[in-house]
Amino acid sequence: MPNAMTKKTIIKGGRVIDPKNGLDGEFDILLEDGKIIGLERPGVLGGIGAVENLVDASGLIVVPGLIDIHVHLREPGYEWKETIESGTHAAVCGGFSAVCCMPNTSPVCDRAQIVAFILEKARNAGFSRVYPIGAITQEQKGESLAPMLELREAGSVAFSDDGRPVSSPAVMRKALEYSLMCDAVLACHEEERSLSEGFAMNESAISLKLGLPGMPTAAEDIMIARDIELARLTGARVHFCHVSTARAVTLIERAKNDGVRVSAEVSPHHFSLTEESVANFDTAYKMSPPLRSAEDVAALLDGLSRGIIDCIASDHAPHERDSKNVEFAKASMGIIGLQTTLPLTLKKVKEGKLTLARAIEALTSAPAACLGLPGGSLKVGSDADVTIVDLDKEVVFDQSINRSKCSNSPFLNCLLRGVAVKTFVGGREVFSFEKEFKK
Amino acid sequence: MNTIGEHLLGIEGLARGQLEFILETAQQFVEINERSVKKVPTLRGKTVVTLFYEASTRTRTSFEIAGKRLSADVVNISSSTSSVTKGETLIDTALTLGSMAPDVIVIRHPLSGAAHLIARELREVAVVNAGDGLHEHPTQAILDALTILQSFKRLDNLTIVMVGDVLRSRVARSNIFLHKIFGNTVRVVAPPTLALKEFSALGVEVYYEQSKALHGADVVMSLRMKEEYLHEAFIPTKEEYARRYSVKTELLDKYAPNAIVLAPGPFIRGVEIESKVLDSTRSRVNQQVANGVAVRMAVLFLLCQRQKTAEVSRGEEEFRYNA
Repeated sequence: MPNAMTKKTIIKGGRVIDPKNGLDGEFDILLEDGKIIGLERPGVLGGIGAVENLVDASGLIVVPGLIDIHVHLREPGYEWKETIESGTHAAVCGGFSAVCCMPNTSPVCDRAQIVAFILEKARNAGFSRVYPIGAITQEQKGESLAPMLELREAGSVAFSDDGRPVSSPAVMRKALEYSLMCDAVLACHEEERSLSEGFAMNESAISLKLGLPGMPTAAEDIMIARDIELARLTGARVHFCHVSTARAVTLIERAKNDGVRVSAEVSPHHFSLTEESVANFDTAYKMSPPLRSAEDVAALLDGLSRGIIDCIASDHAPHERDSKNVEFAKASMGIIGLQTTLPLTLKKVKEGKLTLARAIEALTSAPAACLGLPGGSLKVGSDADVTIVDLDKEVVFDQSINRSKCSNSPFLNCLLRGVAVKTFVGGREVFSFEKEFKK
Repeated sequence: MNTIGEHLLGIEGLARGQLEFILETAQQFVEINERSVKKVPTLRGKTVVTLFYEASTRTRTSFEIAGKRLSADVVNISSSTSSVTKGETLIDTALTLGSMAPDVIVIRHPLSGAAHLIARELREVAVVNAGDGLHEHPTQAILDALTILQSFKRLDNLTIVMVGDVLRSRVARSNIFLHKIFGNTVRVVAPPTLALKEFSALGVEVYYEQSKALHGADVVMSLRMKEEYLHEAFIPTKEEYARRYSVKTELLDKYAPNAIVLAPGPFIRGVEIESKVLDSTRSRVNQQVANGVAVRMAVLFLLCQRQKTAEVSRGEEEFRYNA
């Protein structure tokens, strides 16, 4: 991906947090030729040859490059919402050195050519790494399996029919069995559609009051329960996308205790906001799964802190203003999240809901482990993907900061605290807060 | 100074005093509607647009008559004749109409929140919600309240029982909000597929049997069971539903002898309400319709009055007092 010929860079004086390797302390890191070639206590690396790029990280934290395993880059097909270039630009500005893009593009990413197209575009953009996720079924129709082997060889890291869950248990079973052959995870958006048809928000006293069609939590829980049993039956690996309910956490905990091969992610909006936000019919708060109750939020944070929920993923879902500026029931679902995920996570650290180490783990090594990706480690010899974070830096997330093509975020114009100030991908500095925003 | 706000989007969020103010004003218009010449020049020069995205006879006509009795110019637009069928968004339609500078837009729309959406976009135009999806239908609840007030001479210390499809009823929601504002006891009676347990979170008592819910009822509201919903597995058959949930004289005589009966209409005789009840002295159905015009006159008047308070001339002041 990035050029092998990169400068030698030393990141000095920062507090290095690398949960995978149990590191939390002051270390200097030396990057060369796209790799981490040194990680030592301060002063040790001083004598090593000419350093072309000295990065002073004192007062800052230095972590493995963040990894977001659930992003919609919208290309090919919906380039007015986002392109691979604009999406990966937003990613590195949010501290992410790698993203996985969902296959619900047009055409759907269900053949090798699309995977190759995405990888080529990502290479040309030169921002974050992009790991394409292929479709589980052809055109995400839930009927015939997509050619998983072909997709895997072309570079798909996992499979998903995100947004359009595989309704048939029989098809899901076959997909799981088939996936065993290519050692890839099926990342599932869990929703029993006969229970969620036409939903605009969570089903509750609030949806009742607003007269909006609601999706009961059971619509999600039933499918999670189904796929836990199918994972148990087949021995295949299932990753649960953007879980949003308290019951989901309980079901996943039990499955893990039983040794079923499952993992789960949560999106920042699901642990930061509740359904109460919908009360004014503001479509910025419309997403799938919908924002849930305060009890669900508490259970998600508890599950995340205990590692029942493995990781955090943005579910970055750009939508243009026209598709949001309509009646609530008609509005598109989803929000952008690449540049708000880190500060929203750090807010929970500040509130004492997560330890800093757990938060960093949930954004680095944990997502990598969920889908079997490289990265998430600062060990010598690893790819030089590094993010430098200023825990105290405050930024108003407005249009001057937003690098997505769309601005559908309930956090637009909000003050966010704790942001990435530098992102390195393969040793190359792809984002510097100062250079990016002080132009 | 009393004010009902810039728009009338729903009952929720209104204060008791605001509702009482609308009702007081409406009572004055009831009297005008009983005159032989029912027209007053109060809103002369004002323009009211009714924008209806759903079929409606009584509500649209009621608003139109209300506007005309106040001498406003009333323009009716229905979705079949508007640009909606050409793919225009609701906001664009509203902005287009807004540019023609009407004073009030009355909107009915099949989706919840539609009136709120255009109210956010429009400047200097008052928006009246004439029904948004399953959410609210505020003028219906106010006209029901006026009808209750006329029967009981009070709007508090009452027990209101709503029978029927409370789930898919914006009339039920607006009435629930209104009667909770007045501190009344509100009960809903329907099968559990419709009377969801979440209703209790709105301060409503949930019952599955009329005989248990009707005790001490002052007002019984019969809500419509839409024919098309009969096929959605909410209820097994029309007959089984009618047997248990049809509002019947026999039950009323036994459990709520003094109750009056309201029905927002249109109603299906024999399904949600027995013909005998509709034709009895308990029924306030025709009074509701008459009050509908007076309440809508009050709402149009108060919203226009608020808009142009600064411009009110002495002459118009007098008309107001005469009204």
